[in-house]
Amino acid sequence: MTATQVQVRVPASLRSYTGGRPVVDVDIGALGGDPTVGSLLDHLAAVHPDLERRVRDEQRRLRRHVNVFVGTENVRDLSEQGTPVAGGDEVAIIPAVSGGA
Amino acid sequence: MIGTRKGLFLARSEDRATWAVEGPAFPMNAVYAVAVDTRRESPRLLVGADSEHWGPSVFHSDDLGASWDETEGGALRFPVETGAALTRAWQLQPAGADQPDVVYAGVEPAALFRSDDGGATFSLVEGLWDHPHRPRWQPGGGGLCLHTVVPHPTDADRIVVAISAAGTYRTEDGGKSWQASNTGIQALHEPDPFPEFGQCVHKIARNPARPDEMFLQNHGGVYRSRDGGETWETIEDGLPATFGFPMVAHPHTPGTAYAFPLVADAHRMPPEDRLRVYRTTDGGDSWHGLDAGLPREPAYSTVLRDAMCADDEPPAGVYFGTRGGDVFGSADEGETWGSVARYLPDILSLRAARVP
Repeated sequence: MTATQVQVRVPASLRSYTGGRPVVDVDIGALGGDPTVGSLLDHLAAVHPDLERRVRDEQRRLRRHVNVFVGTENVRDLSEQGTPVAGGDEVAIIPAVSGGA
Repeated sequence: MIGTRKGLFLARSEDRATWAVEGPAFPMNAVYAVAVDTRRESPRLLVGADSEHWGPSVFHSDDLGASWDETEGGALRFPVETGAALTRAWQLQPAGADQPDVVYAGVEPAALFRSDDGGATFSLVEGLWDHPHRPRWQPGGGGLCLHTVVPHPTDADRIVVAISAAGTYRTEDGGKSWQASNTGIQALHEPDPFPEFGQCVHKIARNPARPDEMFLQNHGGVYRSRDGGETWETIEDGLPATFGFPMVAHPHTPGTAYAFPLVADAHRMPPEDRLRVYRTTDGGDSWHGLDAGLPREPAYSTVLRDAMCADDEPPAGVYFGTRGGDVFGSADEGETWGSVARYLPDILSLRAARVP
């Protein structure tokens, strides 16, 4: 990762959609002005559509049991998909603790 | 195909007496919808699998489950302008033999989708989505879902669907327009016992050899139609209870159908605490219990709406799976039963077919 890239960490259960890669690097310049988690996921929708649709539904809402972190902060505690991202940020997609028995 | 709350299992048999079970595929995914499409050169297996985390998806296999394909971008998606998002596929239903590439999907939130490429991609049937009743449909206990699609075996324009808890709707123009089709079916949760819509229909089955005759398991009440769903009458003589979920028509013999009654809405367990299938052979005029070979010890498990099915063989095989994870089968139309699989997760869906 460089200072002009956002590093997206992909959980093991979704790596079949990234060719097995645990990390997808995205150039911040590809996200337009004022890049956000939402524009990052929009970009992923174009590049890795099956990864993105597992994270968001067809209305581009984050799935209920999926958490997205910018650094160590859950975007649900920030501005959801409006949360800004910048070059050098690490964005992690992590399944919530749920599932039942 | 055995869809469970935690994945798909496949059971194979040469003689329908001894079964080899493999799986799970899609572990931890709830498999509410399975289908074996035998109209194709190589049979296609279809699966609706929902991940608690990663949402619903539809997969298909043309090598009997050795490998699975997932359509890029997803096979089933609501158009953005609907504002809706898929919760799950409840039903994947191949159409009649004269439309070998058409597969219907019934989904939650309640909507019908149609595929013209064997289930790889689907599009919303807008005629039903735009129905003026839709804003007033109320969800049943399982959500507002279109769980049953009954295509006509020879007339592609005629389809019947069931929605919980909106009732039965039918089209006679291939899905462009839909009519509520609940005349005679009682709604137990409405002040008006016979509203135009709002019934909680659990399952509808049709015998392909007599397509105007249909059997219906309601949320309380078992019904028959002999006019393609236009009107319904009760057929409960011989049934120990009128509550239940599945209803299966015999694949060849008109007038024969199978049900799995439960005591009541407020007591969803088998009557007399015994696993017992009920069969009619006279179009619903009478029903008789079938339990030879089924466990004799007390049983409290239920059979969900898509967890009973028949194969297409002579004599027909009949199968059911319980929420306790047991699957039973009969190779002689229900006369005698044996175990297909045990100790699986809750059985949600079941389909059987002869494949090469």
